[in-house]
Amino acid sequence: MAERLIELRDISKSYGQVYALGGVDLSVDRGEVVGLLGDNGAGKSTLIKILSGVVKPTSGEILVRGKPVTGWSAARSREAGIETVFQDRALAVQQTIVRNIFMGRELTGFMGFLRVNKEIEEASRLMREIGFTSKVFTPQSIVGQLSGGERQGVAIARAIYKQAELIVLDEPTTALSLTETAKVFHFVRQVRASGRSILFIGHNIHHVFDIADRFVVLDRGKVALTTDRSEVKSAEDLINFMEEVAHPGGLAGLHDAGDAEQRAR
Amino acid sequence: MSKTMEPDLHEPSAGIPRPSAQKEWKHPSDHWMRGFILDNRAALGTLAVFIVMMAVFMIANPTVFTTWYLYRSVLTTLPVALFVVVPLVFVVTCGEIDLSFPATMGFASWVFALVVQAGYDPFLGIAAALITGMLLGFLVGSLVVYGGLSSLIATLGMNFLLRGLIQIINEGKSMALTSLSDSWAYTIFSSQLLGIPVQIFWAIGFVVLSAMLYNRHRFGAQVRVVGDNPDSAQQMGIDVKRVRVKVFVFVGIGAALAGTFSVMINFTWWPTAGDGYLLPVLASVFVGGTPTWGGIGTVVGGAIGAVTVSFIQTGVVAAGLSGFYVQFFNGLIIILSLLGHKWNQARYR
Repeated sequence: MAERLIELRDISKSYGQVYALGGVDLSVDRGEVVGLLGDNGAGKSTLIKILSGVVKPTSGEILVRGKPVTGWSAARSREAGIETVFQDRALAVQQTIVRNIFMGRELTGFMGFLRVNKEIEEASRLMREIGFTSKVFTPQSIVGQLSGGERQGVAIARAIYKQAELIVLDEPTTALSLTETAKVFHFVRQVRASGRSILFIGHNIHHVFDIADRFVVLDRGKVALTTDRSEVKSAEDLINFMEEVAHPGGLAGLHDAGDAEQRAR
Repeated sequence: MSKTMEPDLHEPSAGIPRPSAQKEWKHPSDHWMRGFILDNRAALGTLAVFIVMMAVFMIANPTVFTTWYLYRSVLTTLPVALFVVVPLVFVVTCGEIDLSFPATMGFASWVFALVVQAGYDPFLGIAAALITGMLLGFLVGSLVVYGGLSSLIATLGMNFLLRGLIQIINEGKSMALTSLSDSWAYTIFSSQLLGIPVQIFWAIGFVVLSAMLYNRHRFGAQVRVVGDNPDSAQQMGIDVKRVRVKVFVFVGIGAALAGTFSVMINFTWWPTAGDGYLLPVLASVFVGGTPTWGGIGTVVGGAIGAVTVSFIQTGVVAAGLSGFYVQFFNGLIIILSLLGHKWNQARYR
């Protein structure tokens, strides 16, 4: 069995009286692509924020390579080799591409002064790597001038800069065009081919189904299903399951409408 | 001649960016000077305002504006403002404001005065003042950041509170520091070199170092990112609160320097030391081209803004207008600068 990269054990998060997560287990092995699914409000984003250290869990344990960690934070998470591409991309739009790529991880030399030339060099290498071939932008262009897909590119470039072991993609295809979406999936396959792990959070099950090795379905703050890809016959099975979980007893009419939509595609 | 025909052809695409618009997006790396101008547009805009203003003054009264005395008096007092304008550019870039620096100036220079009056070396006094400034900056910053208070109101409150403390303890009495005049510290920090007040050299050094800190140092980079998007900065592992506290500490250091320099000019410490700087210093930051919304700013622009603001009063009077015109021109320059910067700088969201 592959090495267990990260494990979240019995994670709970409550905001006052409201439970966002109630005892969730999630693990990612080396070289594995995990698809995290769930309806809006299922707790996907909260779980990702806990994994990336932005939100502190109310209770639960985080293990990196089998060892429990204490004082988990965003900085610690990145040090542990976890890079997150957040749904809102987490970019500072008035800054240059370079400053965004090296946000929180500035390359410094003498007395904390920036190694500007080195940063620019690395940034242009990364931009080429993710297929940012446009001659219009240089590493010193302002992010605010870029389109949505190009901004996503900057966020992804930042995530792959250090050979991160786990890349978390939170709804990476939201508000992207078809070609841009295709680029993101091309990237995911590239990362998997290089032996690194991906945790992919998506609302479009068909997208996730194509690339994931394993699925975790969240529902109202609990894991409703963990299954290997081999155990699921088709994306429709997964959709049916999620509908069953979300609306026990069946919503036949809704189901049919969904099927009709599928056939229409 | 084809003008009458063209509107019909172009009308439908009026709202859509045309291919030619793409050209403006190109980063001007094709020529270093265009790049330089675009990267420093705010500071250069401020410089233009300053040059135009000085030209108007000089035309109004050429004789006064060619005498060195006028510049010497400005160069003596301008450094005091520069020491606080520059750190305030950091604070404003970080998305905060600090109105407590006048009281910090008074407080730190009070400590300096006490040390000197007790017969210790002025260098020790300067060190004590710097430590006081840092501690007060840390106090103000912690109150804002960890107390979760609005920096506008909290620092205003701290300004009154600290000034009030100074007044209560000193009961309005000033301190004469005549022993300063034959100290080493005075020669180094407050004498003249070739007829030029040495303060300006220290201030220029401070501005250059701070500009490097702002543009080329991790601290400046994190200040800009935090001011731009604090949530993103936090998600990327930057200790946002710590960066915010640090900018207030930096203001404390600048205010301590400013207070000490102003005491050394006058050989006297007043309980009101620093009070008159609040509005001119704030005006300098914004005249300099640092916008109010955070994320971007310019240290050099702020310095030029300070030069502009300190020449308004001198210039108006020297140009032969009565002192009643000073406030009017202050306002005029601020408003014109803001309009200019708005036109000059795009805001990206």
